[in-house]
Amino acid sequence: MIYSIKRDHARFRNIVKGKVKQDLKKYITHGELLGRKGKDIVTIPLPQIDIPHFRYGDKEAGGVGQGEGDPGDAIGKGQPREGQGVDGEAGNQAGEHVLEVDLTLDELAEILGEELQLPKIEPRGHKSVRTIKDRYTGIARAGPDSLRHFKRSYKEALKRQIAGGVYNLAAPLVVPIKRDLRYRSWRSVVEHESNAVIIYMMDVSGSMGDEQKEIVRTEAFWIDTWLRSQYKGIETRFIIHDATAKEVDEQTFYRTRESGGTLISSAYKLCEKIIETDYAPSEWNIYPFHFSDGDNWSGEDTRVCMDILKNTILPQVNMFCYGQVESRYGSGQFYKDLREEFGEDHERIILSKVENKDGIIQSIKDFLGKGK
Amino acid sequence: MSLPLELAKLKDEIKGYARGFGLDFFEVIFEFLDYDQLNAVASLGGFPVRYPHWRFGMEYDQLSKTYTYGLQKIYELVINNSPSYAYLMKSNAMIDQKLVMAHVYAHVDFFKNNVWFSKTNRKMIDSMANHAVKIRGYMDRYGVDRVEGFIDKCLSLENLIDPFLPFAPKKHPPREDEAEKKKEVGRLKVDRQYLDKFVNPPEFIEEQRKKLQAQEVKEKRDPSEPQKDVLQYLLRNAPLEGWENDILAMAREEAYYYAPQWQTKIMNEGWASYWHSRIMTEKALKDSEIIDFADHHSGVMSMQPGKVNPYKIGVELYRDIEERWNTGRFGKEWDECNDIVVKKNWDRKLGLGRQKIFEVRRVCNDVTFIDEYLTPEFCERFKLYTYQFNRRTNQYEIADRDFKKIKEKLLFGLANMGQPFVYVADGNYLNKGELLLLHKHQGVDLDSRWTRETLKNVGEIWRRPANLETEVDGQKKLITYAPSPTVSGAGECSEKFL
Repeated sequence: MIYSIKRDHARFRNIVKGKVKQDLKKYITHGELLGRKGKDIVTIPLPQIDIPHFRYGDKEAGGVGQGEGDPGDAIGKGQPREGQGVDGEAGNQAGEHVLEVDLTLDELAEILGEELQLPKIEPRGHKSVRTIKDRYTGIARAGPDSLRHFKRSYKEALKRQIAGGVYNLAAPLVVPIKRDLRYRSWRSVVEHESNAVIIYMMDVSGSMGDEQKEIVRTEAFWIDTWLRSQYKGIETRFIIHDATAKEVDEQTFYRTRESGGTLISSAYKLCEKIIETDYAPSEWNIYPFHFSDGDNWSGEDTRVCMDILKNTILPQVNMFCYGQVESRYGSGQFYKDLREEFGEDHERIILSKVENKDGIIQSIKDFLGKGK
Repeated sequence: MSLPLELAKLKDEIKGYARGFGLDFFEVIFEFLDYDQLNAVASLGGFPVRYPHWRFGMEYDQLSKTYTYGLQKIYELVINNSPSYAYLMKSNAMIDQKLVMAHVYAHVDFFKNNVWFSKTNRKMIDSMANHAVKIRGYMDRYGVDRVEGFIDKCLSLENLIDPFLPFAPKKHPPREDEAEKKKEVGRLKVDRQYLDKFVNPPEFIEEQRKKLQAQEVKEKRDPSEPQKDVLQYLLRNAPLEGWENDILAMAREEAYYYAPQWQTKIMNEGWASYWHSRIMTEKALKDSEIIDFADHHSGVMSMQPGKVNPYKIGVELYRDIEERWNTGRFGKEWDECNDIVVKKNWDRKLGLGRQKIFEVRRVCNDVTFIDEYLTPEFCERFKLYTYQFNRRTNQYEIADRDFKKIKEKLLFGLANMGQPFVYVADGNYLNKGELLLLHKHQGVDLDSRWTRETLKNVGEIWRRPANLETEVDGQKKLITYAPSPTVSGAGECSEKFL
């Protein structure tokens, strides 16, 4: 009866996506605006998509209510309005109806890709994995009982009985015989699948503050979103380090704050070990990301890092990304060291500096812009 | 999908009860839909065929979401049409279907008999479908984005109508000779010339002449009186292309169709609730259903703090009126009685209640309903109060329980369907072909951001600068939107205090 609504709905979704695209920068730099819902849906608050009318400013109007209470009793909080008030009236107007829309991570990644003009990633050719899957697509006349298709069998029996004139409306009993039985049947499908793993490493030494971690968190979310849209089976691993490194889960990764010195090599060693044990480079696309403020304990340790990178990590991964988050305490030396060692245009190593939240976008572009 | 047998029987049963109570309705066709179809119809405003527009999709998105999360579901949906269409949700229990049917018959009785609905199009379902065909045609011809963009602008102005216009007497233009004659100031006849300056004092004649001139200037102005139906003014005077004019006319027609429903929200829902509760409790309900009925009925009637539920206020007002006219608690004698004991035991056994509520249902709209029948006793019984926003504490606070103030606030929210009063004041403002809109300020400022956005749409339709005179924080202010002559939507907005 009502088919046109689907079209209207699709149209609305397109407008939403357009709006998100327009304001993508805002959403990227204020990661907190995005609400995560379930595994692959995010909710995004969208102001001002509704059709405007001349209307009263809500708050002054007041109104009539019902219930107990004396004059002066509070009945509800005013919500501060979205920070959009042009002439500085943010906060003193009524809570406006802000539309919350759901987007899947895939849609979000698509928008990100279009807006930042990210190239599609070419998985490393021979590393794709073939899996064979069974799809139940057809109906057969023979098969095991466990696959018997009740509805179809019933229908066949009913057809036969009606055709044969044995069906009795007063006592509608349908008894299938062997000939009526139908079974689900399957087809084997070969699927090419490319797997990828992201290994996040973060410096949690004393010099990395909350703001720095927030930047890492936001950036990691977008990188995750993009890579997830490019690879089907993606895994993530998290390593934190100060003078020693350990593997942790996602929650801990973003929340831990340690103090003390920094030995970057400890993280690289652990990363090396993880790759060695779990991710054979012939089967996996590997993306290590390392975020740090660029302070390393000693030149000697830096030397060790370079060796590990050169000899074991770089030959095995698609890309090694180093993001340096500016902090008041960090010297930023490690960035310089890496650049000296590998040069600006190394094939598999990407360096990026993130000065503040606004730098996140450029940094994402640096990392993902190469399409590897 | 048409009704299954069981429900078809139920329908006849309920219909019989409704007729028995004296309700008088159009034929009602019930459609039986699953939740998704119902959400779809509801997003389209109850009409199965509407023109393509993203707003319906947005509505659908929200309805589906709130339904999925179990936050709300639509109980009843009925449209004012003859025959009337109403929708039942498949997943509802039998008792709900009964309740909805009873509710719907009362709604349709209201549509048919309330005077404010008397001018609405009773074949709106066909008109809506025709609008859809025409707009789809325009979209094929001029492009979806362009047409949809224009629809957005029209919808932005859909509240700028005059709900009383359908009831206004038709104005005839003055006859030619009459118009000629008026230009001279009338003089009293004098026989003796020397008396003339006493009988027709020159100052007086001069004064009259000026008045006449002013009148003439006013008449030459377009419109001569501020016009509330802004859409009509734009239709007649804005430089629109044929298809744009047609779309604006359709938007206006739909706005006028919906207007009475906004004007009678409390009355209409109250009436339907009054009758569903009577039909159910007195006739249709089986013993086994009583708990479910009580549960659902109280759900519909519940009041949240800070809000008034139109269903509740409406139904209680009808009951109050019925009670008052049954016992004779109205009129001069009642008003002037100060003895609380006498008042408490007042019963003239008039039995006029039923007759009275049918009369009220016929002639009132929400404004007159509240104005006429809300009593201090009623406010006290239902613990009504007014609330205000306190800027200092950033919260809403109970302001008062005074009857007059409550009534005033309620009426303010209902007058002009709760919309600000905006008029076309001048179509040739400053003699520059600009449009001047006038907001009659009634104590509450306009929402500034939405005002600019809306004014922008006016300007885009007028294709010349559009101005709005309003008041902000007690000061008169003129907001202007000047469209760009080349790029649509790229004009500039400016504001100045007057």
